[in-house]
Amino acid sequence: MGKHTGDAVVVAEGLRKRFGQTQALDGLDLTVPAGQVYGLLGPNGAGKSTSVRVFATLTRPDEGRATVAGHDVVREAGAVRREIGLAGQHAALDEQLTGRENLRIFGRLFHLGTKRARERADELLERFDLAHAADRLVKTYSGGMRRRLDLISSLIVSPTVLFLDEPTTGLDPRSRNEIWDTVRDLVGQGTTVLLTTQYLDEADQLAHNIAVIDTGKVIASGTPDELKARIGGRIDVTVGDAAEIPDAARALAVLADTGTEPDVDADRRLLSVPVGADSLALPDIVRQLDQAGVKAVDVGIRRPTLDEVFLTLTGKPTTTTTEEAAR
Amino acid sequence: MTATATASPLRTGLSDGLAVMSRNLLKLKHQPGQIVATFAFPLVSVVLFGYVFGSAIPIPGGGNYREYLMPGLFVMSTVFGVMGALTVIAKDNGLGVMDRYRSMPMARSAVPFGQTAADLVIAAGSLVIMAACGLLFGWRAHNGIGATLAGFGLLLLLQYAVSWLGVFLGSLAKNEETAARIGPLIMPVTMISNIFVPTDGMPAILQAIADWNPVSAATAACRELFGNPGLPAGDVAWPIANPVLATVGWCVLLLAVFVPLSIRRFRTAGL
Repeated sequence: MGKHTGDAVVVAEGLRKRFGQTQALDGLDLTVPAGQVYGLLGPNGAGKSTSVRVFATLTRPDEGRATVAGHDVVREAGAVRREIGLAGQHAALDEQLTGRENLRIFGRLFHLGTKRARERADELLERFDLAHAADRLVKTYSGGMRRRLDLISSLIVSPTVLFLDEPTTGLDPRSRNEIWDTVRDLVGQGTTVLLTTQYLDEADQLAHNIAVIDTGKVIASGTPDELKARIGGRIDVTVGDAAEIPDAARALAVLADTGTEPDVDADRRLLSVPVGADSLALPDIVRQLDQAGVKAVDVGIRRPTLDEVFLTLTGKPTTTTTEEAAR
Repeated sequence: MTATATASPLRTGLSDGLAVMSRNLLKLKHQPGQIVATFAFPLVSVVLFGYVFGSAIPIPGGGNYREYLMPGLFVMSTVFGVMGALTVIAKDNGLGVMDRYRSMPMARSAVPFGQTAADLVIAAGSLVIMAACGLLFGWRAHNGIGATLAGFGLLLLLQYAVSWLGVFLGSLAKNEETAARIGPLIMPVTMISNIFVPTDGMPAILQAIADWNPVSAATAACRELFGNPGLPAGDVAWPIANPVLATVGWCVLLLAVFVPLSIRRFRTAGL
């Protein structure tokens, strides 16, 4: 059960799980190295939550096997549970208890003993800045506070692996940043974090490695930079005078991926061109346009969205996009 | 962590159960309305049934109707205790907190054991209040301290058994609404019995059902142990003739069936 950086701490081989008509996992393979944040990126229904539930011993796979910290999630579920923490998009707390009571009960259930459980609850509340709300009922907490309490509930006994299932979905940017800081802090102390998210941005900010999953299996993996290089981004340029559009188009074609013509929206005087994400910096673009004699009123590098990741990786839009378009 | 691994399963199981019990009791502490409702039920039923029904129902062999009624009310409030476990477990079913419990290195059976233990504590409090109301309105236990304690012990055993039934039904229910719909079904179970009226005036089929109803056996057992009127004479059904034994038997049967079934459901939940 080594905790040396680089050792695989979560391993999945050919996981399959079916719920009625839905094939939630369809041959998922995954190797998560110790000591880093590993991002599972995918749209709703891709199988992110199901895989976390399998790793956390909440769901049994139909086929395939998985180990966490060297223990089989089915045959050695008890040993796995001693090594993991779980926090999710649905805060797993007792609404009708105070924050402090929640932590104390969880501490007792982690077998700290009543006294140590009390101390640990106070320590965590203090350290994660929830002491002011410790004696209020959780049902009076804001979304961000709940999520934070949920997260620290999974830290009562420092876990070897922490599973975070969409920890920031639905949170405001400030609460999201707080969660991110906590996650970075934990990894700094040696915890391995498996994080699921729908946000490329979040995976980019936090994860050392990312696996993109769709329809229950991994369709691409790598570091954020590797993935972004595959996916690329776009440069959007708005010119002040429609007459400058052809010049701007020529300038952008130089910057763009080989052989790509810029999309032109003449009414809005907007030009847009796909580029390799890290190949360009804003000053380069401005200089290029300047040399072509173009007076740009707005220039932006647009990072790829999750939809674009999917479009690139699978050749089809994500299911969420289709649903939204149909609405 | 090493301590956790080496501690005996029984000890950790027990401490897990106690932790879940304190969780359920703490929840009650934050809902004063719930506490008032739990403890108002005995008071209201003594007044309602004792004086409203009592004004019209004659007791075979004479005697005070409230003396006749109290053992039945004890049993009724005990049997309604099934709703406590049913509601709490059904409500927990839909909550993420159960997922957290299942992902923790605790005994999975701690939830049902903790719930039934919390129910027992609440039931004990409720019986004390009810007995106090009874004393106030003229009810007495006549057979000495031993028999009286045996009577309350029997009621707590019955409470424990129906709690496990509640846990099992709650684990089947998807949510609180389903659980609430089961509530009214308990009413006939308590009405087709000897709680309010003697069974010998009932039509034959109903009388047979009432006589074999565990509620009737428990009521008769309490009347016997507390020395209250209404004990049947002559040729009566076996459970009514041997009420204490019959009640213990019913409780053992309920526990033997629903403890293993409930634990199984908690072990395999979600898999």
